[in-house]
Amino acid sequence: MAVEIDTSAFTEEAYELLSELEDSLLELEERPTDIELISRVFRAMHTIKGSGAMFGFDEVAKFTHEVETVFDMARSGSLPVTKALIDLTLAARDQIRSILDASRGGPPANQDNANRIIAGLRALAPQKGGAAAVESKAAAPKAETDGPHVFRVRFEPRPEIFSSGTNPLLLLNELRDMGQCRVVALTNALPSLEDLDPERCYTQWEIFLTTTQGENAIRDVFIFVEDDCTLNVRLLDRDEAQEDAEPKKLGEILLERGDINEEALGKALTPLGDRLVNAGVVSADKVRAALTEQRVVQEQKQQQSKAAEVDAVVRVPSTKLDKLVNLVGELVTVQARLNQISGRLNNQHLQLVSEEIERLTGELRDNTMSIRMLAIGSTFNKFKRLVRDLSTELGKQIELTTAGADTELDKTVIDQLNDPLVHIIRNSIDHGIEKPDVRALTGKPLVGQIHLSAVHSGTSVLIQVKDDGKGLDPQLLRRKAVEKGLLSPDAVLSDPEAFMLIFGAGFSTAEKITNVSGRGVGMDVVRKSIESLRGTIDVQSQLGIGTTITLKLPLTLAIIEGLLVGVNHDYFVLPLAAVEECVELSPQDIANSHGRRIVNVRGEIVPFIRVRERFAMEGERPVIEQIVIANVDGRRVGFGVDTVVGQHQTVIKNLGDSFQYSDEFSGATILGDGTVALLLDLARMVRYVELQETKETGG
Amino acid sequence: MAKTIMTVDDSSSVRQMVGLTLKGEGYQVVEAVDGKDALGKVSGAAIDMVITDLNMPNMDGITLIRELRKLPAFKFTPIVMLTTESQAERKQEGKDAGATGWIVKPFKPEQLIGVIKKVLG
Repeated sequence: MAVEIDTSAFTEEAYELLSELEDSLLELEERPTDIELISRVFRAMHTIKGSGAMFGFDEVAKFTHEVETVFDMARSGSLPVTKALIDLTLAARDQIRSILDASRGGPPANQDNANRIIAGLRALAPQKGGAAAVESKAAAPKAETDGPHVFRVRFEPRPEIFSSGTNPLLLLNELRDMGQCRVVALTNALPSLEDLDPERCYTQWEIFLTTTQGENAIRDVFIFVEDDCTLNVRLLDRDEAQEDAEPKKLGEILLERGDINEEALGKALTPLGDRLVNAGVVSADKVRAALTEQRVVQEQKQQQSKAAEVDAVVRVPSTKLDKLVNLVGELVTVQARLNQISGRLNNQHLQLVSEEIERLTGELRDNTMSIRMLAIGSTFNKFKRLVRDLSTELGKQIELTTAGADTELDKTVIDQLNDPLVHIIRNSIDHGIEKPDVRALTGKPLVGQIHLSAVHSGTSVLIQVKDDGKGLDPQLLRRKAVEKGLLSPDAVLSDPEAFMLIFGAGFSTAEKITNVSGRGVGMDVVRKSIESLRGTIDVQSQLGIGTTITLKLPLTLAIIEGLLVGVNHDYFVLPLAAVEECVELSPQDIANSHGRRIVNVRGEIVPFIRVRERFAMEGERPVIEQIVIANVDGRRVGFGVDTVVGQHQTVIKNLGDSFQYSDEFSGATILGDGTVALLLDLARMVRYVELQETKETGG
Repeated sequence: MAKTIMTVDDSSSVRQMVGLTLKGEGYQVVEAVDGKDALGKVSGAAIDMVITDLNMPNMDGITLIRELRKLPAFKFTPIVMLTTESQAERKQEGKDAGATGWIVKPFKPEQLIGVIKKVLG
């Protein structure tokens, strides 16, 4: 929290108080028993000390404390107001003034003078008070205990607790923030409705808290109500070791001896709790609390043993991992060459070895990649705070739920995913979810839902942000896009295409710019970041029902599955994740399309880009062209090539700075025979071609 | 709806610091310079919480707390007092008068917000 505080507010006030103080002291000299005057002097000192400390004037605070202590005694009557006291206090007043002057660039205050005044004041007053300060410091919270522990907190507020303005539920919430928490309410003291006094608290609570914090932190929660309640905090999982050596239960022994069978035992063993409740020994509430205790402790033990299993962790700097990934990449490349050579030589022995190496390389690759994988959960957790803070700020009620937090993704992808997700979630909160009154009118639950999920899908991960807000209005989006000149007025867009407009640069439909979103910057950035991760975005929305944004991301950035294609004697790789199908384009098809670059796929018209034309490559088109149809930003676009070679494990190499302007390629890879193939950035290609065509047609 | 907090302190710098901190957290702030001023300002105003100094001219904080608790609208309202370490016994007096909690001066903005979150939610 950065609250900028102007210290001049303090110095001005202090100067004012000091001049008043002078008057008061002079008056006090004439009427040394006037208690109102003594109080006034005390208050002035008290305020200077308190505010001084808060505004960082520690020297002032420390010095004034001494004067205040003496005047506190005068106020309580244990010290008479003498001329000596007034002289010293006046000197103290001047001293405080010179400390303040020094802080404003004046000459430094005389420390000897200060010490002399303090010594004089102390000589006047019998010392006390120092001990209290020390005592309260000693009560500093104990160091945090290692690992989470289970505490049982029994909180029994006095029935009158409400009259101190205390809301016990807030205390329970505070405990919930400390860790995993189970609360059992003990309601057996609740009287019948006629006898119920709504201003009294009849409920008591038993709370089972699994936390890494210590007992003192728990007690601190109840600091204001210490005297208004009975509080019992007990650590539950300490005596673990002894429990292992627990003697066998009677039923277990009887079973072992074969005296009874399991069925008979089960019949006899009605839950102890039921029997106790039936016998009237204990209330059902208390049994429930005890059962919860049992369960929480058990769970904690399981957690601990689980933690112990994965304990053997080696921390490795990520640069070493990157190096390993690079080496594996090289190996995959070399292996491809070996494969090619052994295929050509047709030597059975060599082929056997080559196949074995292929298998091992594949395993090595998968293993290496898995080392870089991290669960996305920690990223998800950050958003809880974001949703909470933003929804409060905007006066909305929103609940964030998550699923698939243990889904693993490449570390680099996770690192770069944070910002785009923040933008999407902000947008959902700001534009998606309506205010509670609006939601009430449309019959939706008041609390809006945002569901964040991650799931594996082949070699990709799908990350979904789903809200039950007002949804996107395709008409409005089209109109706005035309207004902003991002779309020509006669353009025909399908609804999914219209939804993608929200990712355009400078696009915002927000009527007013809030500090949350609405400047049309965020979503454009989202698209760019996702593209740089070789991912795709899909938007689905229903007006009034909600919006779902799905990010499809590759599991890893270093090696991808590609589709190798040829144009002339050059090779290109298209990310296989985007490829939907391949079709042939015959001369007949070309004639039917009257020179336009479109292909008819089972009745659907798909535009295509000829890679040869796009990159001004030489050579003749083959008679039958291959069109690779890919999904680019939710649309089907074809890419015309000469040949489709097939699936290819693509180890991606950066192109380096010399090619930084050739951003239609997102990298390069080395093929088995040493040839370089360029990796196409399909989304960028499509955008550039569209731009070029818009220019050419003058639209 | 932003909650309204009344701060009662005779020190303008403390009022300013508390006020800035509260406004920064999105609360509405009503200021009063002492107990008497505070009592005069509470009628009609919907106040969700009161933060009061103890040492003030005209009417001190403890009397203010006692008077506020007599008003039906303030029967269960969180009231936090500003104390100093040297005033341990005053803290008990304040609790007995009906204070919900306390903040020990000097305090940092974070501590103030922490206490407000604690008693106001």
